[in-house]
Amino acid sequence: MSRALLVLPLLLFLGLAGWFALGLTRDPSVLPSNMIDKPAPAFDLPPIADSLPGLKSSDLKGQAQLVNIFASWCAPCRVEHPVLMRLAGELKVPLVGIAYKDKPEATRAFLDQLGNPFTAVGQDRDGRVGIDFGVYGVPETYVVDREGRIRYRHVGPLMPADVEEKILPLMRELSK
Amino acid sequence: MKLTRRIAALALAGLLSAPALAVLPNEKLADPAMEARAREISKELRCLVCQNQSIDDSNAELARDLRVLVRERLVAGDSDEQVLAYVHDRYGDFVLLRPPVTGYTAALWFGPALVLLLAGTGTAVYMRNRRRDAEAAPATSRLTPEEEARLQALLAAQDGTGSGEGKRA
Amino acid sequence: MIPEIGHYALVLALLMAVVQGTLPFVGASRGNVAWMEVARPAAYGQFLMIGLAFVALTWAFVVSDFSLQVVIQNSHSLKPMLYKVSGVWGNHEGSLVLWMVMLSGFGAAVAAFGRNIPPTLKARVLGVQGLVGVGFLLFMLLTSNPFVRVFPAPADGNDLNPLLQDPGLAFHPPFLYLGYVGFSVAFSFAAGALIEGRVDPAWGRWLRPWVLIAWASLTMGIAMGSWWAYYELGWGGWWFWDPVENASLMPWLAGTALLHSAIVVEKRDALKTWTILLAVLTFALSLMGTFLVRSGVLTSVHAFAVDPARGTAILILLLLAVGGSLLLYAMRAHTLKVGGVFAPVSREGALVLNNLLLSVSCAVVLIGTLMPLVLDAFGHKISVGAPYFNFITPFLAIPLILVMGVGPFLPWKRADLGAVLPRLGVAALLTVVAILWALWAHGVKPVMALVGAGLAAWAFCGAFAEIAERIKLFRIPLGDSLSRAASLPRGAWGTALAHAGLGIAVAGMVGTSFWLSEEIRVMKVGDQTPLAGYTFTLDKVEELRGPNYVTETGTFTIRDGDDLVATIDAEQRWYPVAKMKTTEAAIHTTFVSDLYAVLGDRTEDGTGWVVRLYHHPLVPWIWFGSIVMVLGGLLSLSDRRLRVGVPQKRAAPVRGPVAQAAE
Repeated sequence: MSRALLVLPLLLFLGLAGWFALGLTRDPSVLPSNMIDKPAPAFDLPPIADSLPGLKSSDLKGQAQLVNIFASWCAPCRVEHPVLMRLAGELKVPLVGIAYKDKPEATRAFLDQLGNPFTAVGQDRDGRVGIDFGVYGVPETYVVDREGRIRYRHVGPLMPADVEEKILPLMRELSK
Repeated sequence: MKLTRRIAALALAGLLSAPALAVLPNEKLADPAMEARAREISKELRCLVCQNQSIDDSNAELARDLRVLVRERLVAGDSDEQVLAYVHDRYGDFVLLRPPVTGYTAALWFGPALVLLLAGTGTAVYMRNRRRDAEAAPATSRLTPEEEARLQALLAAQDGTGSGEGKRA
Repeated sequence: MIPEIGHYALVLALLMAVVQGTLPFVGASRGNVAWMEVARPAAYGQFLMIGLAFVALTWAFVVSDFSLQVVIQNSHSLKPMLYKVSGVWGNHEGSLVLWMVMLSGFGAAVAAFGRNIPPTLKARVLGVQGLVGVGFLLFMLLTSNPFVRVFPAPADGNDLNPLLQDPGLAFHPPFLYLGYVGFSVAFSFAAGALIEGRVDPAWGRWLRPWVLIAWASLTMGIAMGSWWAYYELGWGGWWFWDPVENASLMPWLAGTALLHSAIVVEKRDALKTWTILLAVLTFALSLMGTFLVRSGVLTSVHAFAVDPARGTAILILLLLAVGGSLLLYAMRAHTLKVGGVFAPVSREGALVLNNLLLSVSCAVVLIGTLMPLVLDAFGHKISVGAPYFNFITPFLAIPLILVMGVGPFLPWKRADLGAVLPRLGVAALLTVVAILWALWAHGVKPVMALVGAGLAAWAFCGAFAEIAERIKLFRIPLGDSLSRAASLPRGAWGTALAHAGLGIAVAGMVGTSFWLSEEIRVMKVGDQTPLAGYTFTLDKVEELRGPNYVTETGTFTIRDGDDLVATIDAEQRWYPVAKMKTTEAAIHTTFVSDLYAVLGDRTEDGTGWVVRLYHHPLVPWIWFGSIVMVLGGLLSLSDRRLRVGVPQKRAAPVRGPVAQAAE
């Protein structure tokens, strides 16, 4: 048998081991979004209260803003809430919300208790708009540019570091 | 990253906590043919928040929503391909358990045939060469007398019972 | 105190493994008999010390010593004793101890029973085995020490994942590990032979019993795992093409190929370089399975101990063991003499085809399992699931089973297909009958079901046709046939059984995959549901209490017309400590099909329950066939021709010439 052929298994194995080494540096639980750079889906969601407007897709045009998908029943949403309050208050970032598969009274109670960072909240009772956004679960936060295109998605609760490193720089760039 | 892992762990715990509740009675369509189509489509779609389960097998909320969505699209008159495309548009390749045939999945779809072809041709060529070499120089591949003796001893040890093979050889 | 003894025992085992992995090599290359002989006591000592550590860990679980971290994380004082014991290996650290018990146990067994192996080869085989042990013991002591104490000790533990508290799963890992680790012996034999620079028929014969043990255990382990999934996960699925399942399937495919190619080495002194490579790769795939399961590189339902540091350590281990031996292979394999020549149509030819198809199958599973990982590095996230594998598998399985029927009929060296095929006439006829039966019973669709039924019948009938041929059934008086049957070598019966077992298992897979009936509905107490000719009645639902869980139990009676078939209980359990629900499906088996009922949640109005009812035709045959395959393997193992490497009361007849030839 040709001696070169005998080296082949070793080379294939080393290549594979290299991939494994690379794989170890990656987190397999990071989930992709198919919606990046696509227009946000078309929707028209009713409000959760008379005092707060509902949300429809045309509202997402005109200025860069954040869309936060949340629910009162979701524990991580409570974790990220102070960060949203800070974004809307101190940092003056436009923020709208979609209440995902939640009863309006429960959403109201949630916002009454923790404060309302949103300028508008649409209620997505059956979660269909969530699916149109391609959500995996709540909370998720989307950055939408002034043409209404989705530019960035964050899965899971927003942490102060995420805001500093990702959200704010991107918002600054989009608001230019 | 730690947190994402913890969320993944939570999702996993959710998956393990209550099996057996995949398709629920109130989701089923009245038309058995269309329900059967829905089941087949569901087997092609990944439960995104679980690991390696189809939405047909999973009891996760999102999987349930997608099952309902699949059925709604079918009722609305979509073909099977259109339903898959609808979900694919929103969740990308990750949601398809049978990856689409594209440039970067070429290895996946054509790799097996290529491996079979290469291995098959390689084996055939090797065997032909070996036979040709052996015919050209029969003596080189013979056992040494010492090895021959051992082989005979081993064969003798099994004989008396292995006659069937012996006769046919 | 006892955990510390266990810890010290592991350290001592490491020292013994270091001795076992060094001195014998030096001894073998210098011809120093005393140094070579060190391998034996070192192997015994290593086994003894790891056994001691295993006993110490088991003790900690049995008495619920909650000062140990693994015990806290995986046990609970109220857990039944069986699961306290199985909890020892139901976690990363403990399963490594079990793994090492087996690795050192195999080393000790080679030392004890390999009396006929030439001393230099034996020293080298044990040396390689020792080096593998060094790697795993270092890994264990540095990253995964099972004897880590916690202070202060909590009052009670976190309980074992309730899904794992199951008799089927309690013994699934030990068999699986016995399989994985058993292939380490083949690996050591391959590496030893490469260092030695020679492979001959005797080597093939020494190798085979170890491969058989590993193969039979792995077959058993995989079958138990799939049986567990079938009855525990609650919808009767038995194989999901999950990465962790694939990780056990790959060594099985490679190991099956190895089992067959070793026969060619033994009988015909051919395929030697290939067999060596296969022996290395089979163990490499076993190690890779471990890496995939424990590193977090691939996410999976079954994966435990997701920890990149451990992943790095296993990868290094993999690189040293497999990379090292493949390097040795690249450098030394050309020195192996090429062996016997054969025609393409011959027993060897059929076995080559078997190896080709099994290896390519293994490559397909590898590609499918790893491709998401590879593409992830390029930023593409894809999923490869059952639809992909179910599409590809038939292309390889169909020719494989067709060849399997014919192969045993072919004589060595050169065969005449025209003369052989008529002898398979009866098997072919029965295959057609099976296809016609399937057509009559289940209709023309799906066509793959008919193909599957035919393959199952072909495998089964082909296996027995071969036996019938050898004993000249119906061609000579029956008494003579029977006496021939009695004197057939057990290896021949083993082959036939293993091949027939595969046929039986394939029939089961076809039955449940294509002919399943299912009913999902809400049932109130007293409701009746017809399914596949049976009627299920929900008689009552009770709340009961188990040792460490509470349960809602639904009792179903199944009737066939007016005849009572069975009364079965389906449970939905709640484990308060682990905060997890499990379902215990109710299964009544008629041996040609299973009636399967699952009790789900109570409806919101509280009057009914979501119920899933299944009729799984032929499904028990999957596991019955697997057991027949394992029995075939064990029967071959007991063949006196293979007893060179296994315990024996009398001196082996082959001992003289073999020992002599080794000098």
